[in-house]
This record gives sequence, structure tokens and C-alpha cells, in this order.
Amino acid sequence: MNAPKDTGNSSSLRLVLTLAIAGLVSGIAIIGIYETTLPTITANKARELREAVFKVLPGVSQMQALVYRDGELVVVEAPDKDEPVIYGGYDEPGEFVGYAMPAAGPGFQDTIAILYGYKPAEKIVVGMEVLESRETPGLGDKIYKDAVFVAGFSALSVVPEIIAVKKGTKSQPNEIDAITGATISSKAVVRIINEAHAAWSAQLPPPGSEPQLRETEPASTEAEQ
Amino acid sequence: MDNLLWIFISALLVNNFVLTYFLGLCPFLGVSNSLETSARLGLATTFVMLVTAVCAWILNTYVLIHAPYLRLICFIVVIASTVQFIEMLIKKLSPALFRAMGIFLPLITTNCAILGLAIFATNRGYGFWEGIVYALGAGIGFTLALVLLAGLREESELSNIPQLIKGTAMNLIIAGILSMAFMGFAGLFSSA
Amino acid sequence: MKKNQSQEEFLKGIWRDNPVFVQVLGMCPMLAVTNSAINAVAMGMATFFVLVGSSFLVSTFRHVIPKQVRISCFIIIIATFVTIADYTLLALVPKVHKELGAFIPLIVANCLILGRQEAFASKHPTKLAVMDAVGMASGFLLALLSLGAVREILGDGALFGVNLFGENFEPWVIMILPPGGFLTLGVILLFFNWFKYKKDEFLEDVAAAERSES
Repeated sequence: MNAPKDTGNSSSLRLVLTLAIAGLVSGIAIIGIYETTLPTITANKARELREAVFKVLPGVSQMQALVYRDGELVVVEAPDKDEPVIYGGYDEPGEFVGYAMPAAGPGFQDTIAILYGYKPAEKIVVGMEVLESRETPGLGDKIYKDAVFVAGFSALSVVPEIIAVKKGTKSQPNEIDAITGATISSKAVVRIINEAHAAWSAQLPPPGSEPQLRETEPASTEAEQ
Repeated sequence: MDNLLWIFISALLVNNFVLTYFLGLCPFLGVSNSLETSARLGLATTFVMLVTAVCAWILNTYVLIHAPYLRLICFIVVIASTVQFIEMLIKKLSPALFRAMGIFLPLITTNCAILGLAIFATNRGYGFWEGIVYALGAGIGFTLALVLLAGLREESELSNIPQLIKGTAMNLIIAGILSMAFMGFAGLFSSA
Repeated sequence: MKKNQSQEEFLKGIWRDNPVFVQVLGMCPMLAVTNSAINAVAMGMATFFVLVGSSFLVSTFRHVIPKQVRISCFIIIIATFVTIADYTLLALVPKVHKELGAFIPLIVANCLILGRQEAFASKHPTKLAVMDAVGMASGFLLALLSLGAVREILGDGALFGVNLFGENFEPWVIMILPPGGFLTLGVILLFFNWFKYKKDEFLEDVAAAERSES
């Protein structure tokens, strides 16, 4: 007989027991795979972040996470879940180079998430990397495929704010050429950076007093110069 | 991005669950031959989505932080329970409506749109109100797509359509054109 | 036994020989991932793993699972396999996982898998159930691949990332956007209908010829 055993009125206990055992075994299997893959997944995530940060801050080879707590920017190992976090980038000898700041906002089709590099001393954006976008392929997706557009962010002044202008008409240091046929997506990227900058600029310490690169020994506690 | 209005309109029109994300196709293609049934199913689905969004938020905030790997199973249990509960509720409050809806109620459980809603909301880190607004937009958008297709299908019943294309093939092509029309909503929120 | 066999055939007719039924039910969230061939293959493999694994377990334990809670048990088993697949993909191929995004967990809602457990795996010995699962999953993978290939070739001018047509090809961008998914599947189903129509016509001609002979 191939059909499932038809015991008619299976006792409630049997029903509950079956479900419980199934749930238990399932739980064990899931926890098992989770623990097994956790190190790889965490390493992947960290590597992706490092690569993005190094891309938007040229010359940087070390980084650490920074959050704004109790009125100052402090170094953290692991930011809280909903805490806005930015990253400090440091060169080989450990000197501060700039901040890598994540930002997101509505684009043409859906939300665009980017990471941009910012040097507070000169008040310029030095790099931009699109982390997530669902813009129109062939048009809006040029915000990361068009090398010229991305290069336009390599020395972009934020004073008073970034402006996207028609392609070929860039004349000021705070202007960037938009992408022909993808004006809305280009302007969205610019707007996202402007809004993020407006939100963070009050919380950044004055140039020259950025948090030092914390050594990985647990003894170190002082964050600011 | 956290703008509630953007979330609502995005889920409703710009990134419609059915026509952009291909979620909820089972009822979309199977049920939309009657305008009235479509509207009723859409409303029921919207309600389930709202409840699911709230439960998902509660789970995410208090329970799943400690066991993120149990997310999928928890969501499914929540959805199945909600549908069961609504079935009982409708049966008690309005037996006529219950009979009218027939088999479509339990079918809501396998609707990918509801599970998709829970997963998307989790991935985007939506809070309580964002989740509710998202569920409203998604549910109404789902209903809208269903009602549109149902209306078109009812109209086409009376026309001369080649036998070959009748059925799911035609519905899919109509859906494709609807999807194209909805693409026009992109850019709704651009501050150009 | 004859009644069981004919019942089996009938069920197979519903699920396997009716491509419209199978294609549409199993395709729900799948249309979203077929915007490129490689995504389609990845999703097909993940579904393959879940379907075969679940069928194996369901069939092995079919005498132990009480009838009243069988659907819940099936769902628990399927969800477990999907979670395993999800984490494995995330660890091994994070880029592909990012492309597929939330649609991997949505394999759980794929009516094809649950339907297969209910219709076949819970009623047949392990070996048969696994063979059936492999067959279904392969068919599903092929369907996904054909959908993904068509959309990528027309919408991107490439296949598996390899550019086919060179610089001057103007891609039909709508193909890799949602409308393209609907339209491609609709046209494929159209071909199936046409094919079936021709087959039926042929069979009728054969039957008519036989009648006129006898």
C-alpha cells in the first residue's frame, strides 16, 4: 500500500508529536547550516565593505567604523543595528584620509544605495560607488556603468551643494555632468549625497581632529585626538 | 527613502507587486476571470498582508534577532495562521461572503505576494509604520492589478479571439502590456 | 491496482502533460529571476535541490506522517531545504545570491514543489518519488533556462554574460524588464498551444484514416 497510513482518527498526541519532531529536526538542520556558513558569510560581507571603502577613498588601506554617540564621533567594533554608521579611512602609516559615507534615497525606479568618499579638510567628494540600484538597464544603470560619470565624483566640492548640470556644461567645482538620457537617475545620486552630507556635517568633528585609527589591541580606549 | 508616501506609492504603482515583481501570479492568472471575485480576493489579501506585516515586524524586532535562520519558517507559520483565522472570522461574521469566496480564501496562503511582502520588508529594514504603509500599498496594488486584468478579460469574452491564443497565453500577454503601462509610473517621485 | 494506476496517470496528466498548468503554477516568482541565463540556472539548481530533497524525505516518511498534518509537515521540510539552499548560496556565490535576492526564500511558495509532494511523493516509494522529482526539476530548469536565455539574448545581446552580437546590436531592453518576462512566457505558451493543436490535428487525421480503412 502506497498511500499514507490512514489511521482514521489519529490521536491528537500523535499529530502534535509528529509536528514537534519535524520542527525539531528542521531546527537542528537549519542551525547547523547557519553556523557552518556564518564565518564565510561574515568574511564575505566584511571584504565587500572594505573593497567599496577603498574604492571611494583612494590611497586608503585601513578603515574603522564610526558612529555618533553622546555628541561625538566614536570608534566602534560593531555598530548597533539601526545606528547610522560611517567609515573612517586611513592610509598605510595610519593617517586619516577621509570618510566613506553610506547614503540612500529614491531614484528613478527604486531606491539607490551608494557609498561616497569625503575629505572634510578640503570639503570635497573624492569617490562614489553604487551599492544597490534597480534603475533602467541601458539608461539609469549608467550611474555605475558610465566610467566618465563615476569619475566626475573624484574631486567634487560640496560647497554650497553639488549640482548636476547638463552634460558638457560643467564649469564650477561643485558641478557634475549628468548622464544624457538618465538625468533623473544622475540627479537622484547627487540629491542623495547632498542630503546625506546635510545630515552628517553637523556631527563631523572639525578637520584635523578626526578619530585616530584605533589599534586592534583591546587596551586602547581613547578615540579622539 | 524612509518617506512613508514614497513607500506607499512605490508599492502601489511604481514597483507594483504583481506587474513588476511577478508576485501573486497564481491568483492573478487563475482568479481574474470575474471582476467581483477579484476585488474580494484582493481585499482579503490586503488584510492578510497588513496582519503579516505587523507580525513580521514583531518577530523581527523581538524574536528573530536571536535566531535569524528561523525567519522563513516563522513567516510561513504566521501567514498560514492568519489565513486560517480570517477564514474562521468571515465564516462567523458573514456566512454568505464565506460561501461566495469559497476556495479562494485558503489559496491566499500560497500567495507568493504575502511571503514576498514579509521578506522584502525585512530586507529593507522597515519599521512598524513603514511596514503597515508598505502592506497597504502592496495589497491595494495587487487588488488593482487583479481588477484591471479581470476587467480586460471580461471585455475580451465578448470579442472574437483566435482559439489558439485563448487562455493563459493571452492573459500573460495582456499582463505584459499592463506591466509596460505601469512602467510609466517610474520617476513619479523624482525632484527633477 | 488498475484503479490506482489510472489515477496515477490522471494526476500525471494534470501535472506533467499539461505544460500550461505546470509552467504557470511553477513560474510564480520565477519570472523575476529569468532576466539573465545565469540567474535562471542558479534558481533552477536551487529549486532542483529543494524539490529532490523534499521529495526524498516526504516519500521516505510517508507512512509515518499522519494525514491531518501532512501539509504542515511538507511545508516544514520544504522550508528547511530552502533555508539551507539560501545560506549555502550566500556563502559560496554571494554575487549570484545578491541578484536573486529575496526570491530564494520565495521558492517555498512555489506551488510546484508543494504540489509534487501532495500529488506524488507522499504516495510512492522513495526511488520513484526521487526520479519523479528529478524529472520535474529538470523540466523546470530547462523551462527557466529557455526563458532566461531568450530574454538575455534579446534584451542584452549576450548569453551567460558573453556578448553575442558585438557593438552595433541595439538591445531590446524591455525584454529584461518585467513586461519582457510576461510577454516571453506568453509567447512560449502560445507555441505550446500551437504545437498541441497541430498534434491533435495529426492524431485526428490518423484516426480518420484508420476508420476509413477498416
